Amino acid sequence: MRLRESWVAFAALGALAGAVIAAPTANAQNAMPSLQQAAANTGNWAIPALNYASTRYSTLDQINASNAGQLQVAWTFSTGVLRGHEGQPLVIGDVMYLVTPFPNTVYALDLNNNERIIWQYTPTQNPEVIPVMCCDTVNRGVAYGDGKIILHQADNTVVALDAQTGKVDWSTPLGSYKVGATGTDAPLVVGDKVFAGVSGGEFGVNGFIAALSLADGHIIWKANSEGPDSMIKFDPNTTTSLGKVVGADSSLKTWKGDQWKIGGGDTWGWYSYDPKLNLLYYGSGNPSTWNPVQRPGDNKWSMTIFARDADTGVAKWVYQMTPHDQWDYDGINEMILADLTINGQQVPVLVHFDRNGLAYVLNRATGALIAANKYDSDVNWTTGVDMDPSSPNYGRPSVVAQYAPGSRGANVNYQGICPAALGSKDEQPAAFDPQTGLFYVPTNHVCMDYEPYPVAYTAGQPYVGATLSMFPGPGGYMGRFIAFDPVTGKTVWAINDQFSDWGGALTTAGGVVFYGTLKGYLRAVDAKTGKILYNFKTPSGIIGNVMTYMHGGKQYIAVLSGVGGWAGIGLAAGLTDPHAGLGAVGGYAALKNYTALGGQLTVFALPGS
Amino acid sequence: MTVTSRLVLIAFALALGCGVAALAAAPGNPTPVKESGGIWTDKDGAPTFNIAKDGSVDWGTFVGFLRYNDACLRCHGPDGAGSSYAPDLTQALKGIDYAQFIAFVAGGIQAVNTAQQLVMPSFATDKNVMCFIQEIYAYLRARATGGLGRGRPPKHAPAPKGFDEASYKCLGIQM
Ligand code: HEC
Repeated sequence: MRLRESWVAFAALGALAGAVIAAPTANAQNAMPSLQQAAANTGNWAIPALNYASTRYSTLDQINASNAGQLQVAWTFSTGVLRGHEGQPLVIGDVMYLVTPFPNTVYALDLNNNERIIWQYTPTQNPEVIPVMCCDTVNRGVAYGDGKIILHQADNTVVALDAQTGKVDWSTPLGSYKVGATGTDAPLVVGDKVFAGVSGGEFGVNGFIAALSLADGHIIWKANSEGPDSMIKFDPNTTTSLGKVVGADSSLKTWKGDQWKIGGGDTWGWYSYDPKLNLLYYGSGNPSTWNPVQRPGDNKWSMTIFARDADTGVAKWVYQMTPHDQWDYDGINEMILADLTINGQQVPVLVHFDRNGLAYVLNRATGALIAANKYDSDVNWTTGVDMDPSSPNYGRPSVVAQYAPGSRGANVNYQGICPAALGSKDEQPAAFDPQTGLFYVPTNHVCMDYEPYPVAYTAGQPYVGATLSMFPGPGGYMGRFIAFDPVTGKTVWAINDQFSDWGGALTTAGGVVFYGTLKGYLRAVDAKTGKILYNFKTPSGIIGNVMTYMHGGKQYIAVLSGVGGWAGIGLAAGLTDPHAGLGAVGGYAALKNYTALGGQLTVFALPGS
Repeated sequence: MTVTSRLVLIAFALALGCGVAALAAAPGNPTPVKESGGIWTDKDGAPTFNIAKDGSVDWGTFVGFLRYNDACLRCHGPDGAGSSYAPDLTQALKGIDYAQFIAFVAGGIQAVNTAQQLVMPSFATDKNVMCFIQEIYAYLRARATGGLGRGRPPKHAPAPKGFDEASYKCLGIQM
C-alpha cells in the first residue's frame, strides 16, 4: 500500500512538471499507455475534461481564427440511441471511445480504418432504471486508465472494460437504483484510483464520492456529503471552511433530526484534481426535498465545493455556496483549476460557475474566497456574497426574501425568480483559455415561479415537492454564450441564443472557441472577439461537449448531437410565460420547430488531406 | 374529502395496480354534478373539473395542477403537453377513462424494445401521487377536454376546510 502511494506521488509530480512518464507501468504486458502517457500526447483526449484542471483548453492550433470558416464534416456516426447525449468521446491513439445514454452502449471506433467498430459493449440493465433517472437517461462520458475504459452505468455500477477488446475486467455496484441512486457522471482516473459519484437528488439519495481501485474495482474509500464526521470523512480539527476549522458534527448540526439520511447532496457532476496538492475537487447538489420549509437548517454539506485528499478521502476544505437551498441550485458544476494573476500575484485558484448564477474564485490550496460575481446581471435571488472576513455572515449569499421560496412558508407561489432551477448554467462545462485569460461559459437565461408544498418520502419514489414554471429571462432569449473574467466580473463578449446553451465549450490554441446550441448548431467563435466563424447545423440539438483530437497529422473537432436532458423536457411543448397573461401562452416558439431526437457524432476538419 | 376516503382510494388503486389491464374507454360527459372536499365528480362518480365563466378553476383541479408538476412533469412535460420521451396527456386523456387512468398510474407501463425505451414507473406506493390521484385526473381531464389552457390556472376556488390537515394525514407527515 505504502509503495503504491509513493508511486502515485511520483506520477503526480511527473505530470506536474509536464514530463512524460516513460517508466513501465502495471499494464506493460499490453501495448496500451498509462493515463499519464496518454494525456501527455496533445493529439489525444484522454480525460473527460481533457486535463485534470478541467480547462478544456487544447494546445492544438491547426484550426485557427483565419481558417475555421472552411471547416467541413469529415465523418459522422449514429449512436443508435435517441435520448439526450451529454458528455464527450475520448481519443487514445488510433481509437475513439464513446458511450450512449441508456442502455449505455460503449463503442470503440478505429480511426485508422474508416471508423470501423472495433468492439461494442452494451450492459444488461433493468429497464426500471429508466424512470428513476431524474432528467433523461444521460451519461457524461467514459474515462481511461491503464488500458481500461471506465463506465459508470445508469444502474449505478462502475465497470472497467479492456480498451482493446471491450471485455469486462471488473464491475462494482455503488448502490441500488431501487432507491433512486443512479450513475450519469464521467468518472475520473487518478493514479491507481477511479473516482465516481452518484445521482439521485430528486429521490432523497445521500450523495457520496467513491474511490475505486483501478486494478480490481474494490472500494478504497467512500465519503458522503451529509452525516456524521466519519461518514463524510471530515476531521473536526483539520477540515476547514473559509479558513476556520469546522469542528465536530458540522453536517449533523444543520439538519432537523435524521433528515440528512434522505438529504440529497448528490455528486453527479465533474471532478478535477491538482497533482501538486493531491486534492480532488467536486461539488454536491441540492438538499432533498425541493420544499425548503420541510428541512430547516443550512443542510450541510449540500451545495458545497469539496477539496479532498485523493488518497485518504479526508476533506481538506469545504465551502457551502447556497446554505439552505430554496431553488434547486445544485453545486455540481465543474471546478476549473487555473493559475491567475490577482493584484500582481500568481494565485492557484479554483473557478466555479455555479447554478446559482455566481462565479466563484477560491484559492484552491486553502479554500479562501477571492471573488463571487454574478455572471448574468439578471440574477435576482441574491444581492451578492458577504466578502467581509470579520462579518458573521462571511461567505454567505444575502438572500432577497421576495425571491426565496419558503420565506413566507409553503403553498405560496414565489414569482419571477432568476435564474430558474436549471441554473444560470447547468452541467455543461465552461472552458478556460490561458492565452486570453478568459473563461468561455455556456449559460441559461431562464427564470421561474416556484411553489413549494409538503411531500412524503417513499424509497425509490421522487421526493420533490414543488411546482415550477420556467420562462425566458429578460430580453426574451434563453441562452447566452459568454467570455467572462471571474475576478473582475466583467463579460467581455456574449452571444445571445434563443434556447439555453447546453453544450460544453472547447477552447484551443488556434484562438478558436467551440460550442453547440440546442437547435443543433456547432459553432466556431473567435476567442478574442466573439465573432462567429463557422456555424453548421447537426442532425439534432446539442447538449454534448465539443472535443478535439489529432489523427494522421490532422486536427479534428467532434461533438455529440442528441437533444434531451433537462433541456429536452420542454422540447415538445416549449416553455410558456405565466406573466404574459393566459392569451400569450405558447407565444414562445417550441424547440421542436427546429430539431428532433437523434444521437449522432459529427466530426469536422479542414479540407484537404 | 375526508381522510378515510383518501386512504380507501389508495387501497383501491393498489388493487388495480396488480396487473389489471382495464379496457380502453373514452371518459364520459365531464359535466360536474357533485362536490365533496373540493373535488367535483361527474354523473358516473369520476373526478372532473368545474371551470367558472371568469376562468376560475375548482380547488381539486388546481391541486391537480400543482401535484402534476411534482410527479409527472419531468416526463410528460409542462402542462401535460408531452416531452421527447413520454406522450402528450392532453391527447391521451381523450381516450381513457378514470379506471384505466388509475390502472396506468398505479401499475406503470413499459415499451422497451430496440427502437425505444419508454418506461413509466408504478406510482402505487407513492403517496405524493396516490393521495392526489383524483385531483391530478381532474386537472388532466380539464386540459384534455375542458379547454383549460397551458400554464398555472390564473384563478381558483379557495381550499375547503380541513384540506391541509387531510393531505398531511394522507401523506403521513407532520407540519
Ligand atoms: C419517468 C417518466 C414518467 C413519469 C414520471 C410519468 N410518466 Fe406517464 N408515461 C410515461 C411513458 C414513457 C408513457 C408511455 C408508455 C408506453 O407507451 O408504453 C406514459 C404513459 C402514461 C399514460 C398513458 C398514456 C396513453 O397514451 O395511453 C398516462 C395516463 C400517464 N402516463 C399518466 C401519468 C401521470 C398522471 C403521471 C404523474 C403521476 C405520470 N404519467 C408520470 C412516463 C412517465
